[in-house]
Formats: sequence, C-alpha cells, structure tokens
Amino acid sequence: MKIDKARLQVSNEQKKTMLVRTIVVGAISMVLIAGILLRLFQLQILNHERYATRATDNRLVTQPLAPARGLIFDRNGNVLAGNKQVQSLSVVGENVEDINALLIRVREILSFDADEEESFRKRLKNSSRPGEKVILKRHLSDVELATFAVNRFRYPELSVTTETLRDYPMGDLTAHVVGSVRQITTEDLQRLDPIRYGATMFIGRRGVEKFYEDALHGQVGYRTVEVNVHGRVMRELTSEPPARGRTITLHIDARLQQIADEALGDRRGAVVAVDPKTGGLLTLVSKPTYDPNGFVMGMTDRAYNHLINRRDTPLFNRATQGTYPPGSTFKPIVALACLSAELVDWQEEILDITGKFQLPNSTKVWRDWFEHNTGRGQGAVNMYRAIYRSSNIFFYEMSTRLEVDDLAHFANSFGIGRSTAIDVADAVGGLMPTKQWKRETKGESWYRGDNVNLFIGQGDILVTPLQMATFATVLANRGEWIRPRLLMSSDQPIDLDEAFTRPFSPVDGPSKADWFLMIDALRAVVHRGDQGYLQNGIAWAHIGRNIPYLMAGKSGTVQVVGIPHGDDVVEEPLEEYKQEHALFFGFAPVEDPVIAVAVVIENGAADGGGGSSVAGPVVRSVIDAYLENSVAVTSE
Amino acid sequence: MSELLSIPSSRPPYTYLIESIKRNFNLDWTLLFLLACVATFGLVILYSSLGKDQMALIKLIVKIAFAFGLMLVACSISPQTYFRLTPVLYVGVIGLLVAVMFIGETSKGSQRWLDLPLLPRFQPSELLKLAIPLMIGWYLCLRSFRMNFLDFCVVLAIAGLPTALVVLQPDYGTALILLLGSAGIIFLIGIRWRWIALVVFLVAASIPVAWHYLLHDYHRTRILVLFDPDSDPQGAGWNILQSKIAIGSGGMNGKGLFQGTQSQLDFLPEGHTDFVLAVIGEELGFVWCTLLLICYLLIFMRALYISIQSSNGFGHLVGAGIAIIFFLCVVVNVAMVVGLLPVMGLPLPLVSYGGTSAVTTLVSFGVIMAICTRKQWMDKE
Repeated sequence: MKIDKARLQVSNEQKKTMLVRTIVVGAISMVLIAGILLRLFQLQILNHERYATRATDNRLVTQPLAPARGLIFDRNGNVLAGNKQVQSLSVVGENVEDINALLIRVREILSFDADEEESFRKRLKNSSRPGEKVILKRHLSDVELATFAVNRFRYPELSVTTETLRDYPMGDLTAHVVGSVRQITTEDLQRLDPIRYGATMFIGRRGVEKFYEDALHGQVGYRTVEVNVHGRVMRELTSEPPARGRTITLHIDARLQQIADEALGDRRGAVVAVDPKTGGLLTLVSKPTYDPNGFVMGMTDRAYNHLINRRDTPLFNRATQGTYPPGSTFKPIVALACLSAELVDWQEEILDITGKFQLPNSTKVWRDWFEHNTGRGQGAVNMYRAIYRSSNIFFYEMSTRLEVDDLAHFANSFGIGRSTAIDVADAVGGLMPTKQWKRETKGESWYRGDNVNLFIGQGDILVTPLQMATFATVLANRGEWIRPRLLMSSDQPIDLDEAFTRPFSPVDGPSKADWFLMIDALRAVVHRGDQGYLQNGIAWAHIGRNIPYLMAGKSGTVQVVGIPHGDDVVEEPLEEYKQEHALFFGFAPVEDPVIAVAVVIENGAADGGGGSSVAGPVVRSVIDAYLENSVAVTSE
Repeated sequence: MSELLSIPSSRPPYTYLIESIKRNFNLDWTLLFLLACVATFGLVILYSSLGKDQMALIKLIVKIAFAFGLMLVACSISPQTYFRLTPVLYVGVIGLLVAVMFIGETSKGSQRWLDLPLLPRFQPSELLKLAIPLMIGWYLCLRSFRMNFLDFCVVLAIAGLPTALVVLQPDYGTALILLLGSAGIIFLIGIRWRWIALVVFLVAASIPVAWHYLLHDYHRTRILVLFDPDSDPQGAGWNILQSKIAIGSGGMNGKGLFQGTQSQLDFLPEGHTDFVLAVIGEELGFVWCTLLLICYLLIFMRALYISIQSSNGFGHLVGAGIAIIFFLCVVVNVAMVVGLLPVMGLPLPLVSYGGTSAVTTLVSFGVIMAICTRKQWMDKE
C-alpha cells in the first residue's frame, strides 16, 4: 500500500482551522509563562525578605560554649577543686532507635557493667536539650580508647568526647567545705538562666561550689556555625570565647584540715577553726564525710541510696548544719550577760553544799555534774570559779535573776540564734529560745524551770559548731566582731550582696574588767593545775599540762536524751547514739589570739568522759599544729 | 499494512539511512541555537548543584553531546520513514511499558526504569512523549484529518492505553502531561468548541469524585500542603517549603553561582533533578529565571512555527503535538517548584539531571525538524 498523498494533504478549510488553533495554543502558552513569571516575581521580589530570613534561619545556628569553671585553692595554694579532662564515649539520644541493641553491641568491645548502664539511662532520661550528647561510658582508659578507635566504623552513632570534669584532689577531706558539683537536671533548667547556662553541664550543689556558683561559673561564649540539613557543622562563622570563672582562694588550710580530720578520727563530729583577726575559716571538718568526685561522675541510685540511708549521715554537714545544745560552753555568755545586767559581781559567792538545786515551791531537783559523780557539792563558788570548775549550781542561781528574753538578746549579740557567716552555704542559725518563741511553737508559757535548764546551755537552745567557733572568736576579740568567712581572695573582685557582708557591732555591756577576768577564767579552765582536785581547771588534767602557750577554753558535755533528775535515777548503760555529746572551744594565745577552735563530738561520752577529756584534746592538737606552723613561718 | 512497514530489501538498511540523511538534512539552526543555550545553562547549574563534581559534569557533557548527535540523526530521517515506523514504535513502547511492569526497577516508590542489556538504564514512559503524538497523527492521517465520534474514541484509546500503564507505575506527572498533550492535539485538529466545553465540564464534574474515591490520603496531603506548606514543614510540606525558601531568598540577582545555601547545604531536596529551578532561582535570581523561561517559550514558539510550515497535516499535527508535550513538561515542572501545583516528580527538560529525558527531548525536536519539512514527501515507491 502506498502512502496516499491525497490523504496527507489537508483541505484548505482544515488547514485554516489548524492554523487558528495553533495560534490559540501559542497564546495560551504565553499566558502560562506570564503567570509563572508573576509567581516568581511574588516569591523573589515581593516576599524576598521573608524567604531570605528563613534561609538564614535554616543554615545558621548559634551554639553556646561552656566556660571553664573557676579553680578553688586553699590559703597555701593547694588545689581544692580543679578541672580535669577525660575522654568519654557519648551518644546523641535521638539518633539511636534501639538503645538496648546498642548496649549489646557496645558490650562486644568494652566492659559496661550494670551500674554504668543505670547511670547512662539516668543521664539519658535527664538529657534535656535537643541534640545533646549523652555520656555512655565515662573516662575511657587508653586501652579502651584504642579498642574503640579500631572498631569505630562499627559504631557510627557513638563518638569520643573530651569532657571537662570537676576534680577534687583532696577528696573526702574537703568535701563538706568545698562541696561538689552535679549534673544539671531538667528541673534546674527551668530555674537557671537559659542563656548563661546554655552549654553548662554542671552546677555547684553544696559548700563553696554552691555559694560561689555565680562567680565560679564564668561567662558563656558563643559561636555561630553554618550547618547543613543534617545538622552537621560546615564552618564556623563567628565566635566569642567563653570567659572562665573566678579563681578563688579560701582561708582554709588544708594541712590544718588534715590534722583536725585525723584528730577526730572515726568519731562523728565537727571541727571548726577561725582566725580571729580576719574571721577566716581555717578548717571546717565534718565527719563522717564522702567523696565529692562521686557526684561529678554521676553515681548510681544504689550508691546514692547507700549514702543517704547510712545512720551516720555522711552527706550531712555537721559543722554548719548540725545543731547541738551548747551545754557548759554557753556559761561564759550567761555570766557576761548577768555581769552586764549587774545582777552579780565577781566577788559574790554561792554556797554549794549538796550539789543540788531546787526552785522555791518546787519539788523538782537539778543536780550539778560534780554531784552526779561524787554525791556532794563543790563548796563556795564565785563567778571565776564557776567558770573554771563549770559549776551548774552557780548558773542555776543566776537563772532566777535574769529574764530569758534579756539573756536571748545578749546571746544574739554573740551570734547565737542567727547565722552570721558571710559565705557559708546553707549554714543554719540554730535556736535561741525566748518567751515568744515558746508560746508560738509549743503553745506554753515560759516556766522558771526552763530558765534553769537554759542557763547551763541545755533545753531548747541549739548551736552549730560554726556558731560555737564564732562566739569563741568574739570572746577572743573581747567582744569585737569579725564575721566568719571562707573567701580569702579571688583573681577578680566578687560582688556579694550587702546583706551578706554587713559588719556587726561589738557586744555591748561587759566592762573591760569583765572581759579581762572572763578570759582569765577561761584560761584557768585549761591552765589552773596542781591546786588540788576542787581547785583545778576542769580541762587541765586532760590538756593543760606541758602546754607551751596560753590557751583559753571551755568544755561542755550535753545530754542527748532527757535523763530524769532526782533520787530515782536508774543508772543503766546508754546505747551509743544516746550518749552525751562532747563539746569544747578554745582560743590561743590568750593575750593576742590567732586561732579559735570549736569541736563537737557526737555521743563523745561513749568512751567515758566528757567535753574536756574527749573534745579538748582535739582542740589542742589543732591549735598546737597551727601555732607550731606559724612560729616556724615567722622564725624563717 | 505490512508493505507500509517494509523496508526495501534490495539494499542493506544502513545505505538507505545514509542516503536518507543526505537527502533530508532538515536542521533548523534557530531551534538548535535555543536548545543549545538551555542545555549549556543546564550544565552550569547542575555543576553547581552537584557540588562542583567534575567527573559528573564530564559525564553529563558526554550525554548531552550524544543527545545532540541523536537529534542530528533524527532530523535527517525522512518523514516517510517516520510515518512507516510509527506503529512499530508505538507498539514497541507499549511492549516496553508492559516489560517495566514485570522487570522494571523501582526507585522512590515507583517502578519506572528498565535496565536492558547493551542499553543504558532508561524510562520507557519518556518515549511516549514521542510515540503518542506520532501515533495520533498517523491514525488521523489515515482518516484524512476528519474526526467523527468513533475516531475520537480511537484517538482517546491511543493516548489512554499507554497512559494507563504509566499511571500504574505510578508516574502521575508524566501521565498528566501525556493526557493534556493528547488533548492539545485533538484541540488542534479542530474538534468543535461544544465538545470541548463538554469535556471540560465532565472533567470539572469528576474532580470531587476523584478527590474522594480515586486519590490516596498522601495525594490529598500533597495537594493540601500546596496551600499551606507550614502545616507540615518537616513532612509533606518540606519539599515545597524549602523550594519556595530557596527561590524567594534568591531575590532579583541571586546569591551567586555555587553560593546557594539552600542547595549547597542540602536543605533543598532533589536540587539536581526535579527541583533544579529552585537552584537557579536561589543562585541566579529572578533575572535568570525569567531568561530561562523566555528561552523555553521561544523554543516552543519556534517549534510551532516549524509545524505550521509543514507541507502536510501529519507534520503539522505531530510537530505541534510534540512541542505541546515539551512545553507542558516545562510548565508543570516550574509550577510545581514555585508551589502552584502539587509535587509530581517531573524533570525540567534539558536542565534536570537524567539521560533519558535529555535524549528523548532532543530526539523529539529532531523529529519535529524532520517531519515538518516544507519539501514535498518524495515518494519513491
């Protein structure tokens, strides 16, 4: 069959139609192109700004850079808190579909025990920022690093990160004073400045780390980076480096801290030493203690529960938060209060025949410690002897002369019942009872019997070891105030709220003679010896012999549980935690004190004895060590 | 019919081919120039979009050069040969489409590719852009360009059968182009206006039905995100949103070649294939987008002009039909990239990365040049 030319030919009419239709198609095409150009005009010219901004938002990411935390030194330049870099294995949580499968694979090349897994899962749960690297295994050894490097292609989701961790080289020795840092949690982020803490992983939780968090933290830095759609950083555009935190130096003397720690031994208690010239805290020991490095690494629930459930509460800072009745250590303050009120003078003698005391119209009997031991009284007691013999009877008598509120007012000026330390985190103020306090908390009025207990430092009154050291400092300074503090210096000034640094006015009331005699009486507590048992200072036999300097001090032995007074006392051995606490404060040299120390040993009477025999030697060894050292330094 | 398809046996086929080329070298220099402009522009922008990959650029240059070579061959074959080969081509392409259904390779959720021995991997559906206009022209030529209702139905079947196979792949973009292109050819032949009105009415009426019963949920999502890409910026709206951001952020003069952040940092998906216009918009701006679109318009106009010049109805109809399909490809792709049509997976002819598309496009233009010759058919038989 041939191609029919006739069929190929189009009639003129048909040709015309097709021509017209083709022109119509051409016209439509121009309209379509015009429409698209209009759309391009709308996108590229009219809305250009909007889309340009969105393109920039797509590619530019501003990342915060964590500052290095400031270092903490003791007064001799020993590092108390430093930073160390460790290599850790990390993972971005969102990038892993099956955590369990990943852990199984990780175990093929690295040891990863149940505790580590638990810590990791906890961190993973707490990880709060998108794209945040979560530490899978912390602090890889060189062998582990090498093993991972060889196998790294099998673990694309894992990466090795260099972490800067807080390091406490002194470990548990300075745990209670320096404190520790812990990882920032989701709850923290709601409270913290999201900009300043944008990259920070750790925050101070106790002690100096907590109080000086603001200064130690430093200033956050930034870098602006260009990322691709997968979030990978292509290049860095601008950066503003972070500014490291303040380097701070504390008054703490690590060597003295060590000596105090050893002197306390395994007993529960606290040692606080203050330089009365500067108010600087030389030691702040609380035992038992803990390893702060554990909190940096993040501990397992098991380890943490073990710490918080121990009966001897190692996390509890006894030095700043433990409150104890001051017992006889309170007597110098009571005595000065009565002298100031001119209710007694240094000459007046109270005759103590029986060692027992009764209020008029009352059958209740209060006893002297001496009566408890020997069954008789101490004879004629004046103020001076009442201090160095620690007579209860004398102060029972004083309790009938001075109103509780007047005593409270006076004791307040020694820092009792309030927190006076400048920069000690979470220090508590103890309790100085008043009539109003008793009415409000117990709904009872103040009885005269309450006064009797209070005047020998028992009953409701509570002080911390830090407060004991503070009033020892005030006594050492003859009523002049210098508030206790930890910070000695910093590389750049640290601004503290005026409320923290406000100076206190001197103790008002006692005359120069009162101060002189009181300090001499406190000296007699330690030094008056070889005068016969009833004339010796009560601490002399324990710490007063062969003492190469003059030291003033006062002991206290306080009941933990109410022991019934009177004739029907049932003498039975007390369980350890019900034994009396042993307290002692001292300062030296008497003429120009350079150190004041307070010691509390919980249930210290368990070994038999009291404040003088149990706590006194601890005070002496601390003062010995400090004076020996400062003499050595000055003679060089 | 068999004689129509037979090639004279007195001489070997290649001598026939060479003689045919000598006799019929119908190259249109204007069209060649415009096509070369667009193709060169495409190479430049792909070089940028592929991240300055020189090996890929060299491969592309080879492919494009090969495609231009094929175009020269295609423009030198006589119209009679095309007329004779049309049914073979048509049936052959349908055969390939059926083959795709069984042994085709799947990529991105649709089965479009065929990997035959001795041939590069290609998409048979691309060949339909040539085969359908040829087949419709061939049939109408037999019917002397007069259409009654039966002819109309046959034409619909010629277009509809292979298009249905394309829909099954599924490749809705190409299917839409083929249907619209066939409609364009029917329009050219002079179908009465009242029939057109009827078809438009039927299509409009079927839209709600199709919306509820034919479309999958993800189709509806794709259409809905067109109006508000921010409703699902990470999911269905991602492509169109990032494309609009890329184009819009380019502004009047663009960010500069190789400087597009959306494309170079991979925010823009498919930047070297379907969304290549977004790269042009971002890096070269409104000015170059406009120039490119005008270039496409000129190519289309020139192709229509050549078709009109044809001495016969077959040339006119087929030439214009191929041109319409080419132009629809451009318009639908661009409309999709600028957010006027839902994302359908269509390349931008001559610019998008992809061998089959470039080859079929250029060969199509070769065919237009060949069959729309002003010379009378030289009928040797």
